[in-house]
Amino acid sequence: MRRLKERDTTQRGAEAGVDLLRLSELKAGEEATLQGFDAGHGLISRLSALGFTPGAQVTMLQNIGHGPLIVKVRDTRIALGRGEAMKVRVKR
Amino acid sequence: MTEPRTIKVALAGQPNVGKSTVFNLLTGLSQHVGNWPGKTVERKEGTYSHNGTSVHIVDLPGTYSLTANSAEEVIARDHIIREKPDVVVAVINASCMERNLYLVAELLALQTPVIVAVNMMDVAEQEGLKIEPQVLEAALGVPVVPMTATRNQGIRELVEAIDELTRDGASYQPKRPEIREDHREVLDDLRDLVVAYVPQPYPADWVSLKLLEGDDEILRMMQDRLPEDVWERVHDILKEHEDAVVAVASGRYDWVGRMTRAALVRPGVGQVTLTERLDRWATHPLWGLLVLVGVLGLVFFLTYSVGAPLQGLLETYVVEASAGFLTVALASGPPWLLDLLVNGVLGGVGTVITFIPILIIFFAVMGLLEDVGYMARAGYVMDRFMHLMGLHGKSFLPLFLAFGCNVPAVMGTRVIDSRAGRLLTTMLVPLVPCTARMMVLAFFTPIFFGGAAPLVAWGLVGLSLLVLAVSGVVINKIAFGGERAAFIMELPLYHLPNWRSICLLIWQRSLAFFKRAGTVILVVSVVLWALSALPTGKIETSYLAGVGRLLAPLGSLMGLSWKMMVALLTSFVAKENSIASLGVLYGAGGQASLAQTLPAIMTPAAALSFLVVQMLFIPCVATVVSILHETRSWRWTLFNLVFLLMVSFGVGILVYQVAALVA
Repeated sequence: MRRLKERDTTQRGAEAGVDLLRLSELKAGEEATLQGFDAGHGLISRLSALGFTPGAQVTMLQNIGHGPLIVKVRDTRIALGRGEAMKVRVKR
Repeated sequence: MTEPRTIKVALAGQPNVGKSTVFNLLTGLSQHVGNWPGKTVERKEGTYSHNGTSVHIVDLPGTYSLTANSAEEVIARDHIIREKPDVVVAVINASCMERNLYLVAELLALQTPVIVAVNMMDVAEQEGLKIEPQVLEAALGVPVVPMTATRNQGIRELVEAIDELTRDGASYQPKRPEIREDHREVLDDLRDLVVAYVPQPYPADWVSLKLLEGDDEILRMMQDRLPEDVWERVHDILKEHEDAVVAVASGRYDWVGRMTRAALVRPGVGQVTLTERLDRWATHPLWGLLVLVGVLGLVFFLTYSVGAPLQGLLETYVVEASAGFLTVALASGPPWLLDLLVNGVLGGVGTVITFIPILIIFFAVMGLLEDVGYMARAGYVMDRFMHLMGLHGKSFLPLFLAFGCNVPAVMGTRVIDSRAGRLLTTMLVPLVPCTARMMVLAFFTPIFFGGAAPLVAWGLVGLSLLVLAVSGVVINKIAFGGERAAFIMELPLYHLPNWRSICLLIWQRSLAFFKRAGTVILVVSVVLWALSALPTGKIETSYLAGVGRLLAPLGSLMGLSWKMMVALLTSFVAKENSIASLGVLYGAGGQASLAQTLPAIMTPAAALSFLVVQMLFIPCVATVVSILHETRSWRWTLFNLVFLLMVSFGVGILVYQVAALVA
């Protein structure tokens, strides 16, 4: 039987000139709007449930060194691994 | 007079909403803690009576959503779908309503009536948020009850709301969320395809939504039930709309936005909250670490200033006093009975019982740190380092507590979110030197290494930790494919602890341990005693000695005689027992004379290897029982034992051979 394998969701209909910024690149205090993900289905599902949906406002609270960073999404402070944050696309 | 009846209520909510406080208030001591059948997730249920109705409540695991990503979520949704409670009470935190309502959106997709309990109204006020519960109720179309469970406010209203809803459901008209506009047609198409094949008691609408979300469990379920051609078409639709999960989530948050727009007023911009102020220190890479060190230092201080003296008191007034009493009471009885009770029972279980003060302190600390909200910060600060071992930041605290005693550390692994992380951490806990092992170190090192004793002792502790780090990497690679679960952790708002909940937690955990001590540990202590006494009554010619002699060839590789091997085996009951066993085996009168006889029988190299093996050896039976209980798996417990046996003997042999060469 065919099975749906782990999927990658890629950006559809990309506008020309869209700022392809990653969440991990935001500096502390900066705000951005979430655009989409370059990640597997499992991660997208977990992040979506926590409030990381396209159009959501994200504020970077702490981003130091190589360790996990802290963002604020929909009134919630969430610590995110750097690798995970690199898979989230945002726009300033 | 209302007729007597029984109703079933399920309590749902995201983590950090105060759900357990609400549950504790509703059920009090009637609650029963167990496990969901076949799972390692804790299950709590209890009852209360109101207005002639007996209400049976099940506390569902705290989950952010109802996907198939974790066992907790599957348990929660399966319970609602299969057990069909009369009401689901969704507890939300007033200070993060927007995110909490996401779960309510998921719950409303299931057919069971929902009541929303808006808890922690006091925290919201503290943060400057204004909530209008009546507006929310009008917008949602479901009963909304404001509460501050920690102050006992709102409970009566909740109980009445549950009663009302289950008596008269006519006015229940929820405004359910819809999928984002651009995906509505796809959802309808999907529903039409599968509706005929959706098994009872699953709602067809919900199943089609989950299929579109890419839910693994529902996909598997429907793939089994759909005829080949229908599945092909479903598969094609899903393949074409792989990003639908985002549309579903967005649809839910759009709904949430509408709900909160009217009912929630945020504080003015620029108002800095208490949590923000505290986190400036607590999550800072440097200061956060210092704060953590401070907190840990406090834990140790408490343990040694309060716990150790209490332990000593228990030792004297309970264990030794009982031994004294028994010696007198059974003076005219058979000597083996006295030996059994004093050495077998008291010697085993007694030692374990004296650890209760330390356990209580640790349970209290873990409960407090979790309740206040600091646990997540500790996990965040340590993640950088834990990452290197393939562990999650939250693994740090249980591993740290293991320095005091491995038993609460094993129980403390519950704070880790993923099962894999919990398992890995549990496997590594025995490698952390506990105070009992350090006592053995403290006894042996001065005898053999004189002035260099502290250096050797610290070196051995360091060796244990090194082995722990390496084992972590290795086990992670072999058992879990080297993958680390994604690091996504909520940092909840700080708030004052709820002492009632913490005390209940300490009571439940201590009771569970006491029960185990009274049963399994008692049995093992007696069995080990029997092995050391039978058949001749002298340990030198007992079965245990037989085993020791059998292991002698292995022992010689480490410079250990069969008597040393026996001592190691007796440390299974309690680590300190190895000292006592050596005393008996070498005919020494007490610890002091043992200190004199030992250097004559052992070389420093052999002593070193004995200590190495002792440090890395299988943990005491109390810990093994706890591991079995927490992992619910004989496989993993046995793996742990075999792994530690291999590691301890392997490193012991290595150390001895090298030391013998050098010396």
